[in-house]
Amino acid sequence: MKSVLLAVLIAAIPISQGLADEPIVVHLKNHKFSPSTIKVKANKPSMILLYNDDDGADEFDSSSLKIERVVPGHAKANIRIRALAPGKYPFMGEFHAATAQGVVIAE
Amino acid sequence: MIAALIIVFREVIEAGLIVGIVLAATTGVPGRERAVAMGILAGVLGACLVAAFAGELAGLFQGSGQEIFNATILLLAVAMLTWHNVWMASHGREMARELKAAGHQVKTGERTLAALSIVVGVAVLREGSEVVLFLYGIAAQGGTSAAGMIAGGGLGLAAGALVSALMYAGLLKVPAGKLFQVTSGLITLLAAGMAAQAVIFLQNAGWLEFFTSTVWDTSWLLPDDGQGSLGLFGKMLHTLVGYTAAPNGAQLIAYGFTIVLILVLMRMVNAPATTPRGRHA
Repeated sequence: MKSVLLAVLIAAIPISQGLADEPIVVHLKNHKFSPSTIKVKANKPSMILLYNDDDGADEFDSSSLKIERVVPGHAKANIRIRALAPGKYPFMGEFHAATAQGVVIAE
Repeated sequence: MIAALIIVFREVIEAGLIVGIVLAATTGVPGRERAVAMGILAGVLGACLVAAFAGELAGLFQGSGQEIFNATILLLAVAMLTWHNVWMASHGREMARELKAAGHQVKTGERTLAALSIVVGVAVLREGSEVVLFLYGIAAQGGTSAAGMIAGGGLGLAAGALVSALMYAGLLKVPAGKLFQVTSGLITLLAAGMAAQAVIFLQNAGWLEFFTSTVWDTSWLLPDDGQGSLGLFGKMLHTLVGYTAAPNGAQLIAYGFTIVLILVLMRMVNAPATTPRGRHA
């Protein structure tokens, strides 16, 4: 219940702040990430909890983050983000790259 | 339709290049078509299974099941490629000499064919499960766009197979005497690239979190993810020799270690060239 509340809360805010121990909740719906801009602390690992609310699978894909993670439809995935140097790290849903785009900003 | 074509093309090319190398490496070995076909068939079946149970798989190992699975099958492929190269180093010379004497080769070839069949199976399994999930998602949506997407997928498959066939044809242009050196070199780099990729999966699972900082970044020059004008070239280099635009320390260590390990093992079994060796290298 708490996590659902948190998810709703964070999904409503366009830019979510990465916390040290709480995962950053991201939803994929209609092949769009929300939030699509994810801020994390630089030089600290973080975690994205991705909910795929679509019917079909998609692949969270980012060569700069070095992550390829298939998430089936209506499933969730814990995606570990390594400690990042300050900068922008784009990611996409590879199966629907036209709309599913986002960026992790480490600062 | 174009999106489907591109995605399927990308995945097929990755598996296809590996099949091409395996076919070139087994030139003249009887039964290789069957071994490769078995590998592809097992890979496709495995891909459907992985796709069907993707959710369950991901749930294992505290949510890192997918990463651990990918790392495991990659390392299995690295082991098989290493074994093949070492085996060939101890038997390659006599094989090259007796290229036409098929009788001797049937025995030698069969051993390493099984290993290479597994490599093909792993390559098809990895890339195939993504294609299956992608196409399944489209098919589930139904409607007229699904037909176009399936057609796109078919074209992507054909285009990927064509590029792989061209690379295979190119490899066959290498003189027979040199082919063994070229393919064993390619297989060494292929194994090293897979080992580096396995390290990334282990790191994403929260294991092996050492040397994670990026050592250099040439993604502005040649990205490795298939994006941009040179993207396809970078992606092919990524598959073939493990080119990574922004490698971290652990990846480089795994890459270098694998190359050194294979070369040392090959040299060890090859040193007394005339001494017969045991069946297991």
